[in-house]
Amino acid sequence: MDLKQNFFELFQREPGFDVDLDLLAIQYRELQKTAHPDRFATGTDQEKRFAAQMAAKINEGYDTLKHPLKRAIYLLEQSSIQIEYNPTLDPMFLMEQIELREEMEDIGDAGEEGLPRLDEFRLKTKAVLAGLEAEFVGAYPASLGKAEQAVYKMQFIHKLLSEVKLLEEKILDY
Amino acid sequence: MALLQITEPGQALDPHQRKRAAGIDLGTTNSLIASYRGGELMTLPDLDGEHLLPSVVRYLSGGGIEVGKVALTNARQDSINTVSSVKRLMGRGVEDVRTLGEQLPNTFIVDEDGGMPLIEVAGGQRVSPVEVSASILKALANRAEASLAGALDGVVITVPAYFDDAQRQATKDAARLANLNVLRLLNEPTAAAVAYGLDSGAEGVVAIYDLGGGTFDISLLRLNQGVFEVLATGGDSALGGDDFDQAIAEWIISESGYTEKISVQQFRGLMTDARAIKEQLSTADSVAVNIQEQGLTYSSTLTRDAFNDLVAPLIARSVKACRRAVRDAEVALDDIFSVVLVGGSTRVPAVVDAVGQFFHCQPLNSIDPDRVVALGAAIQANVLVGNKSDDEMLLLDVLPLSLGLETIGGLAEKVIHRNTAIPVSKAQEFTTYKDGQTAMLIHVVQGERELVSDCRSLARFELRGIPPMVAGAAKIGVLFQVDADGLLSVSATELGSGVQAHVEVKPSYGLSETEITTMLKASFEYAAQDVEARSLTEARVDAERVKDAVINALSIDGERLLTLEERAAIQARIDALDAVMDSTRGRDITNHMETLAKATDEFAARRMDDSVRSALSGKSLAEVER
Repeated sequence: MDLKQNFFELFQREPGFDVDLDLLAIQYRELQKTAHPDRFATGTDQEKRFAAQMAAKINEGYDTLKHPLKRAIYLLEQSSIQIEYNPTLDPMFLMEQIELREEMEDIGDAGEEGLPRLDEFRLKTKAVLAGLEAEFVGAYPASLGKAEQAVYKMQFIHKLLSEVKLLEEKILDY
Repeated sequence: MALLQITEPGQALDPHQRKRAAGIDLGTTNSLIASYRGGELMTLPDLDGEHLLPSVVRYLSGGGIEVGKVALTNARQDSINTVSSVKRLMGRGVEDVRTLGEQLPNTFIVDEDGGMPLIEVAGGQRVSPVEVSASILKALANRAEASLAGALDGVVITVPAYFDDAQRQATKDAARLANLNVLRLLNEPTAAAVAYGLDSGAEGVVAIYDLGGGTFDISLLRLNQGVFEVLATGGDSALGGDDFDQAIAEWIISESGYTEKISVQQFRGLMTDARAIKEQLSTADSVAVNIQEQGLTYSSTLTRDAFNDLVAPLIARSVKACRRAVRDAEVALDDIFSVVLVGGSTRVPAVVDAVGQFFHCQPLNSIDPDRVVALGAAIQANVLVGNKSDDEMLLLDVLPLSLGLETIGGLAEKVIHRNTAIPVSKAQEFTTYKDGQTAMLIHVVQGERELVSDCRSLARFELRGIPPMVAGAAKIGVLFQVDADGLLSVSATELGSGVQAHVEVKPSYGLSETEITTMLKASFEYAAQDVEARSLTEARVDAERVKDAVINALSIDGERLLTLEERAAIQARIDALDAVMDSTRGRDITNHMETLAKATDEFAARRMDDSVRSALSGKSLAEVER
């Protein structure tokens, strides 16, 4: 079976960062309707084995293409760039990160009264993320180094957003 | 005598082609089996007309067993030989059973080498939780086979959405032991959604609120064009209708002014009284309370409003879990278009109100909440067994709990995160800790916590023969594969030398393959030649199935996807298999079948690629979007 096929080929679309998520979801379901092991519930072991492998690949592909950050990393990998664990980052960006974190801690100290500010903070952070995604789109594939830097920054912001979520849960006592 | 059934002209299905399939809800307190009978979907009753089979098995000193109501009736006088709530023990290890065991009347035997805990019953017999469940499954299957007049071709068994690998594996083992062909393990909430036909036409997110006797589960599913995705599950494993009863019982004790210590018998009596009061309040506005439990007397009325106040904190706990699940699913409350009620405790009006209020929609409760899961499972079984040819329904599930490995310092490194769609396979690289290290212990765990000791241990195996290198130089690739039932297998390879180790993850307290075979043989009580005859018949049936599948595939795609030579090579294998089909040696038939299967691997792979490719192409975008 052609498990080497890349995820863009599997979903029959041009490689690129812009993905119509609604269409992707529909394509995902069409693919799974063909390959899912349930289609072979009374089939032979061979059919079940191949179905499981293909369905796993479709799931992985969908998961990768669905998430902007995973998609960006995957695109870089397709261009033979491996993401580093401890990248060197622009000092300006790091300074901004420290400031954002301090702001978040202040909001956390305010307890429930900080919730409206936390919502604003989230919107602001998401706007930063959208800017970085635009940076990636502008740089890929012509300028891979810039695209790579954008991904590292996106990772930072994603981490920050998940901390915003944890903080909100803490405040609301979920 | 049963009346002969005649189908409508033109709708008649070849009776030899229509297969018998059933859905089984293997519950903690009660179990059910459902199927299509005479074209109608129903839960199947026993000879006394009872649909619910109490999940209770009693072991008699003579070696026989009682299952269901009779076992439940006799349980009080013979509790030590009666096993109930066995679902709580499925796939559980020694430690869990020590905790649970204190609440259960049975005697547990724990193997020295950490094997599966066994229950000691009458006559010195020792039974495993898997065997107890198998007895319940067999009783249900017998009921279905009598009702459907023939052996079952396949079953779908439901499990809680949060069941881990060990619990799912144990459930599947029980089915094998009961000689049932499991088409799929299905999550209970998914089955409930299927029962309401939410797969047809509906699009959006649906919540399944399942409040049983002792547990509460909330699940969020996304439905789109017949596909169900489990988005999130949550709940409270210590919240259920029994807590409602207890709230009433405690109210009675406090109101009665009874000051002495409440005995176990008194409390048991009070719980039974409380339950009756609760059930009446589902329809009545107030109920007369007249209690006489060995010295504790109390007479009053309990209004529904007062009852609602008593249970409000309990219902609030369930709503909190709902909020959490909505969050986990990353959906807005407005996206949820429907809520399905499951479990007997959802008959309480205050529950219906609270659920409706939280989700802003009228909860669905027109199907008996005790039966809805079994009915949904039967619908799915009917599809999977092939009785509904053009059906588009596809149930996509997710992994309920993260899977990972133990790393240095007793930390759990997650390899596959919870809520990942299954089937899934994922590879991760690890390395050695010390210079010259030649072996590595692979410890597979499941759970969300950081420390291995807080997660469930699924399996341990060793990768040996790693070439000695400096610490951190070896690259060990560990591959996790999870199938559509949520069952895991793991393999590890040293990438430099290709040294390999592989395990089907059989939890250390599961049954080994040999144990299952031995038990199966023992349960048939066949003489040796009968076993041989049986395995020969099975080999022939399997071989016929593989052959038919290949011939069918050849006729559809042979010319398109294979060269003339390739087709000839496969045909030669088919002929070779045909030649040994009459052999009396099962091994011969099986060998040729395996050769044929291997020879068609490439063909099967091309067919899979081809069908996946054509799933999207050949259709215009507009068509796909429709």
